[in-house]
Amino acid sequence: MTTTSAGPHVHGLGEPYKRKEDARFIRGKGNYVDDIQLPGMLYADIVRSPYAHALIKGIDISKALQVPGVVAIITGKDLEAAGLAWMPTLSGDTEAVLAVDRVLYQMQEVAFVVAESRYAAADGAAAVEVDYEPLPVVVDPRKALAPDAPLLRPDKKDRQPTNQIYHWETGDRAATDAAFAEAEQNGVVVRQDMYVPRIHPAPIETCGCVADYNAATGKLTVWMTSQAPHAHRTLFAIVSGLPEHRIRVISPDVGGGFGNKVPIYPGYVCAVVAALKTGRPVKWIEDRTENLTSTGFARDYHIHAEIAADKEGTVKALRVYTLADHGAFDAAAQPTKFPAGLFHICTGSYDFKHAHVAVDAVHTNKAPGGIAYRCSFRVTEASYLIERMMDTLAREVGKDPAEIRLQNFIKPEAFPYRSALGWTYDSGNYERALRLAMEKIGYEELRREQAEKRARGELMGIGISSFTEIVGAGPGKHFDIAGIQMFDSCEIRVHPTGKVLARIGVQTQGQGHETTFAQIIAAELGISPDDVDVEHGDTDTAPYGLGTYASRSTPVGGAATAVAARKIRDKARKIAAYLLEVGEEDLEWEPGRFYVRGSPSKGKTIQEIAFAAYTNCPPYLEPGLEAVNYYDPPNLTYPFGSYICVVDIDRGTGEVHIRRFLAVDDCGTVINPMIVEGQIHGGLTQGLAPALYEQLAYDEDGNVLGSNFQDYLIPTAMETPRWETARTVTPSPHHPIGAKGVGESPTVGAPQAIANAVVDALAHVGVRHIDIPITPWKVWAILKEKGLATA
Amino acid sequence: MSIHHIRVTINGKLYEGDVEARTLLVHWLRDGLRLTGTHIGCDTSSCGACTILVDGKAVKSCTMLAVQADGRELLTVEGLEQNGKLHPLQEGFHVEHALQCGYCTPGMMMAALALLKRNPDPSEQEIREGISGNLCRCTGYVNIVKAIQYAAQKLREPEQVPAGSGGGGE
Repeated sequence: MTTTSAGPHVHGLGEPYKRKEDARFIRGKGNYVDDIQLPGMLYADIVRSPYAHALIKGIDISKALQVPGVVAIITGKDLEAAGLAWMPTLSGDTEAVLAVDRVLYQMQEVAFVVAESRYAAADGAAAVEVDYEPLPVVVDPRKALAPDAPLLRPDKKDRQPTNQIYHWETGDRAATDAAFAEAEQNGVVVRQDMYVPRIHPAPIETCGCVADYNAATGKLTVWMTSQAPHAHRTLFAIVSGLPEHRIRVISPDVGGGFGNKVPIYPGYVCAVVAALKTGRPVKWIEDRTENLTSTGFARDYHIHAEIAADKEGTVKALRVYTLADHGAFDAAAQPTKFPAGLFHICTGSYDFKHAHVAVDAVHTNKAPGGIAYRCSFRVTEASYLIERMMDTLAREVGKDPAEIRLQNFIKPEAFPYRSALGWTYDSGNYERALRLAMEKIGYEELRREQAEKRARGELMGIGISSFTEIVGAGPGKHFDIAGIQMFDSCEIRVHPTGKVLARIGVQTQGQGHETTFAQIIAAELGISPDDVDVEHGDTDTAPYGLGTYASRSTPVGGAATAVAARKIRDKARKIAAYLLEVGEEDLEWEPGRFYVRGSPSKGKTIQEIAFAAYTNCPPYLEPGLEAVNYYDPPNLTYPFGSYICVVDIDRGTGEVHIRRFLAVDDCGTVINPMIVEGQIHGGLTQGLAPALYEQLAYDEDGNVLGSNFQDYLIPTAMETPRWETARTVTPSPHHPIGAKGVGESPTVGAPQAIANAVVDALAHVGVRHIDIPITPWKVWAILKEKGLATA
Repeated sequence: MSIHHIRVTINGKLYEGDVEARTLLVHWLRDGLRLTGTHIGCDTSSCGACTILVDGKAVKSCTMLAVQADGRELLTVEGLEQNGKLHPLQEGFHVEHALQCGYCTPGMMMAALALLKRNPDPSEQEIREGISGNLCRCTGYVNIVKAIQYAAQKLREPEQVPAGSGGGGE
């Protein structure tokens, strides 16, 4: 294409355009669920089990009903009578909405109290008397399959009495075993057990909803903290039997999601039931303890991994066995086809010829899950294991962790690359990213410094993580939520004056879609983002979409937006040809304008064309300028990066101090570098958290030990380092604008960079692995054992 | 439950109301007065989403009873903008991309305001300490620190800070 004149500057791709959505947030004018107040609205509180496993012998609500302000109380038996006591999870299990005759985890929902105020609801909940008979508890998943383990789910009558949820395998076991046999003889084999602990996304806004049923119209409106409003509408229709066109789910401003707001929780269902029962709007908002203890935990994978390699450290085969703790109900948010999600991306950035993965999932007396916390369906666990294992291999063969990676990377010319476990990586240049990270951080100099410090007895470590992500689900034929295929959508309306309203099927919880999706349209149509409003989250107006999680907004929703904009441009070309009285093939496009080839002064702007679409449309075209696209991606996208972390360890306290952390990310084409960097900063902080601080621990009775922000340690500005970032750009060959998605890369890539750095600091005394979170206590115990502690 | 009549000046305006003795200040602000810019993120005074100024000092409004605010002067996020002009902190948070989901933002700005009142020229470490009672799950704090530095400079030398580069939204 020959461009003969510079078009208007439209703030398209690659520009750090300031966020359009900030205007309301910085003024305190956001509209979060708990900000919604409807006339006559009631408030709800939930009675929860103090026991991790118990029979319910009886529930007495008589005193609670006498509490001033209490309007109604719903129990499991009430729901059972209405056929609503159980609901499907996103993984094909059935979860209790309110417990009927037994509770399976501490803080499980037992009764739903509705009252005139928050305080009256809490008073009412406190007055509900529940008679429990405690039962033996299974906390350790390794004991869940023992013959004498108590059976937790007698409700699952369709199967053998066991606490096992599934056994799943993938890969070529025979070829993998053969490679290991060969390596045992002539090469090296490294093995490691590691635990990726149970953690919680803990967005600062908890979950909640306002349910409002209009008996006159039969319409139910639910404002809820939802990352997937359309899918939730369909599930509400299936569960409640209400016609789907009479259900409107609105996800207003959402105060962080990170996967926590993908599932449907009992509180939402109860609020809907209570609204139907009372005829008044009902608001239910979790408190922090309820959020941490009952909704959407993540991870909880007990992993055993083995690498077979030759004596030089060239990898041959990977063998992984994992025990997954899903808690009382399998409420994982996974595509049906893949019960362990995308865990079999675990060959990572390395060219393994053979691999085999087996996963057993079990029930325990813990909260149900696990969701994908800022993670594309278990890729975090997968990346952690392979990056830890590559360091273990490096030690075994006496090579530097950087060298072992450079030696084993999938080569740039090998893309599209088919992995041993069946994925087709779209594009990558792993060596370039790692070399850039090494150069920017001064890797060789750091290694020299480390050697000098070691000689002086000081503990310094350098950790590398060269991760590969897998995001952007669909394709729809492989990926679904509860059977609904994972496509996504965009509808664009260009108004007569050239201003644009775009509605998208994905949903923002802070990612900045109102800005970045406007930039995609700006790039395609030459209309400034200021003239493009992006709406999302209202199922009555937005086109059907599967929502925002697993870094799928840009790969799928962004693609739909670009394609819809191109449909608009195609029609605009036809209208321009009509207006200019030339053939379509005689027109050239520059941002915001078609002009006649050879006569650049003769042209029509997109605004002029939009006006004509409504006022002077060619007789052979439909009037108007609108387009819709439902995009089913041909493949996933594979963002990647190399992170380097430098730590110093206090020999007196065992504290790990992160001196530097450099993240080189490659997410393909960048739409807005400011927003991409912000996503990386935030994601790194959510990678730091499980590496050093966060864990949802349980005691042997099933009591949650991390039930509030004083026990569950979210990093503050004091713990969080000043992140450093850099970038390489390897576009996705199959995405319309080459973008891959970035929101989750740093959360996926960071924990192992930190863990590798700590282990590296202690490698010279024989330390090969420390389970995260690497607390000062764990480090101090090692220092003590190795004679390195100074206190 | 005893009911108390309180008179509180909020953002320069006098509000009166009858509250239960146990009513938390944050609930009165949000549910009673519909000043919903002040958020709630925890129950243990840990997250700081509900931070406001009481007589010029940062207070977590989930930790104070509404009756304790009787006769005092409060400033909430809704009071930052004056005569259609954004406060330098609001401007800084926008220009430096210091917010994502926006939920912690009001409390974070109020904590920062209290910090800048007592220390107009804080170091990075002092800023980090100053907001250590406020949790952000989205941003990783780097840009929040920059936003507060932006505001600090602008409050000290109003003419020195160039307008933010790049696009609009404001």
